[in-house]
Amino acid sequence: MRNRVRNNILALVGILLVVLFAAWVDLGGDRTVNFLGSNIQLQNKLGLDLQGGYQILLQARDKNVNKDRMQATLDVIRKRVGGIGTSEPVITLQGDDSRRISVELPGVTDEATVRQLIGSTGRLEFIDAGQDQLADGQQVQTSYCTTGSLYQPRPGLCGSNTGAAATAATSGAAVGPAGTAGAGVTPGATVTPAATATPAASSKVYQTVITGAELDPKKVDQGFDQNTGAAEVLFGTKSEAAPTFQNYTGSHVGQFMAITLDGKVISNATIQSAIGSDGRINNTKQWATPSGKAEVANIVLQLKYGALPVELDVLSSRKVGATLGQDSIDKSFLAGAIGLGLVVVFMLLYYRLPGLLADLALVVYALVTFAIFKWFGIVLTLAGIAGFILSIGMAVDANVLIFARLKEELRLGRSIERAVEDGFRNAWPSIRDSNISTMITCAILYWFGGLTGTSVIQGFALTLFLGVVISLFTAITVTHTFLQTMFLVAARRRTGVIRNPWWYGVNRAHQTVKSGSATAGD
Amino acid sequence: MIDLVSKKWWFLGLSLAIIIPGLIFILIGGLRPGIDFTGGSSWELNFDKNRVPNLTDVQNVMQDADARFISDLKGKANPTKTDQDLLALRANQKFEAIAQPSDNGLIIMRTPEIKLNTGEKDFMIKTLDDRFKASNGFNSDVSITTTGPTVASEITIRSVLAVLLASAGILLYLAWAFRKVKQPWRYGICAIIAVLHDVLVVVGVFAILGEFFNVEIDALFITGLLTVIGFSVHDTIVVFDRIRENQIRHPGETFASTVNYSLGQTLARSFNTSITVILTLSALYLFGGVTIRNFVLTLLIGIISGTYSSIFNASMLLVIWNEYTSKQKQPKQAQPTRQPQQVR
Repeated sequence: MRNRVRNNILALVGILLVVLFAAWVDLGGDRTVNFLGSNIQLQNKLGLDLQGGYQILLQARDKNVNKDRMQATLDVIRKRVGGIGTSEPVITLQGDDSRRISVELPGVTDEATVRQLIGSTGRLEFIDAGQDQLADGQQVQTSYCTTGSLYQPRPGLCGSNTGAAATAATSGAAVGPAGTAGAGVTPGATVTPAATATPAASSKVYQTVITGAELDPKKVDQGFDQNTGAAEVLFGTKSEAAPTFQNYTGSHVGQFMAITLDGKVISNATIQSAIGSDGRINNTKQWATPSGKAEVANIVLQLKYGALPVELDVLSSRKVGATLGQDSIDKSFLAGAIGLGLVVVFMLLYYRLPGLLADLALVVYALVTFAIFKWFGIVLTLAGIAGFILSIGMAVDANVLIFARLKEELRLGRSIERAVEDGFRNAWPSIRDSNISTMITCAILYWFGGLTGTSVIQGFALTLFLGVVISLFTAITVTHTFLQTMFLVAARRRTGVIRNPWWYGVNRAHQTVKSGSATAGD
Repeated sequence: MIDLVSKKWWFLGLSLAIIIPGLIFILIGGLRPGIDFTGGSSWELNFDKNRVPNLTDVQNVMQDADARFISDLKGKANPTKTDQDLLALRANQKFEAIAQPSDNGLIIMRTPEIKLNTGEKDFMIKTLDDRFKASNGFNSDVSITTTGPTVASEITIRSVLAVLLASAGILLYLAWAFRKVKQPWRYGICAIIAVLHDVLVVVGVFAILGEFFNVEIDALFITGLLTVIGFSVHDTIVVFDRIRENQIRHPGETFASTVNYSLGQTLARSFNTSITVILTLSALYLFGGVTIRNFVLTLLIGIISGTYSSIFNASMLLVIWNEYTSKQKQPKQAQPTRQPQQVR
């Protein structure tokens, strides 16, 4: 008896601590706490469907791309996303062969921003425009895929062996156009963008000078003209590509050089003098305005992070409007509260006293589950909330099983204490088996959801799985402890509320059988 | 105790009465696969819920807008690569906008794939805004989901694979969990037949809804279906577990009376669990977000069907199977008929 009292008190204290801890995590807004020496971010992370945003699944066009290059691509995208300062982007490699990149941008609903980050994932090139005044946005053909660039004059650079070619080429770096005069290096030489020109439709193939891979991202920045205050683009080449670039610019002074992204002109400028490792692009007239400054910022962003190692196609995309998200949260919480309320009332009416304890266990369940979501930063999606609400219904299942057994044992005439113990013990195999089947389904769901490139289905699988596991704990440990406590408190009293089987959902007709006289069949 | 087992053919008949119409609608193509399976774009257009425009009006406005956009694009002097790709895509497949039933001011519109960075989408939203903003409270903050053909075919393959895998996993687990009972595989197979029943009921109902209300199925539908599979087996296990227990406790009983007795013991529990789940799901269906309403409906239908099939199909099939094999073994000898033991 003393042991039972001690164990029960220990269990109660344990549950109380868990509940207090969970409540502490749940209550209070999003915050960072220091827990046992490590900083934990407590935050309700909302999925795209709840706060709006973009989700895009990209796939490398090249079928034989290796994982390292995909990782490098992912890093570039991550840097670019970091450049616009969106909160909580999720960027992951996906697919069996890691050929896919999933990008989730919560809160970003402006397509122009997304296009800038993801849409312009192609190859960045500096091309020799000769005498042509190419207009911004014009589509041109370049020599890169056919005969290579001046820096890397070789065919097949766009093929599947690009990675190997690029590595091999670094040794023979300083290949310049034969016979060009090596004019004096003028660090900081400027090129001036061409005036807006009439688009010239042509099938001319422009010679690629260097690509974005030869730019030094550390040297790319936004600058200001000291005289006019207009914004300008600062750039520089990597040292191995500097001689090529210098030869070219030195021999083409007065001609046009354009910057293209996926063959689309983003800037065209007149070469003022030879450019070594550092150059500037300025446009005192147009880049003095706020929209001009934005344009410069955009060009800088593209130069800095613009060139991705692989070409990507958009496989699927999803844009969720922000207004719909908030509406969904409000409605889901209302639905959850109503659902929980209905279950609480039902349990109370049908199972009476144990029903009340199961309801308490259900509240513990809800508190603990939410605390776990918040603690581990599990992303809440609409389907995830549905999984949680569904699991409220399933969470009482273990209790329903136990109480059904409890009723049976009481009808067999067991004492209430023994009926409780037998009820728990006999119900356990079905609780175990049935929950394992749900867990198997959750695992398959998680696998299935990984394919769709969204967190929606995985969110559902994860919340349902957690729901099942946590409900096992609350329905068994918590309810059991509560029932035992009740008996210990009332241990000395042979009669009263706690000992009346009516409170356990057994109607009076069944109370006649006395303890110890089991009926037929046992 | 009610004798449920003797009415087993009635229960199986009722199941067939629900499944057969569903099957007919599946066969005549009532099931409408959504963009997750076919590729394409899905638009969530929000209007003032008291002034929702006519569905065909919205469809026409979108189709006209796209026709105008495409003809403008054809006349463009210097079409870019993306422009050319888009023209080829639209020349290949007619641009058709198909509306799904509206609810609470939301119209879900399905169109062929809308590519990023073509300006097509912006043009259409602009047109919708001009036409419906003042008169119908159109919200230009539109949600759009686009699935390309590659992903669509993969989702289709994996959906089938996921359902098969779930069934196989459960069959194996059941055979293992019931390994101490005679013929453990029977339990697994009967549970899987009950699962198949639920899958057919849910898919059949959605085929009927698709035929009459244009309701589409998507990846979330498959999610719902897998959840229903898990739940149905969950329920079946509880019943089978009782049969297992009672077979050990009362070895002298006939199989039919053991099953009947076990069903009586678990009936209340099965209904109660289903009621709690149905209560929460109904709350979610009535008050939750519009976008997952079909998902919740999948779960609701499946769970009601799952409860029914675990009680009235899975166990009845076990009895039928048992009677069939014992007749095979002892063709002449009559079955000992004994009353189910009364235990109170």
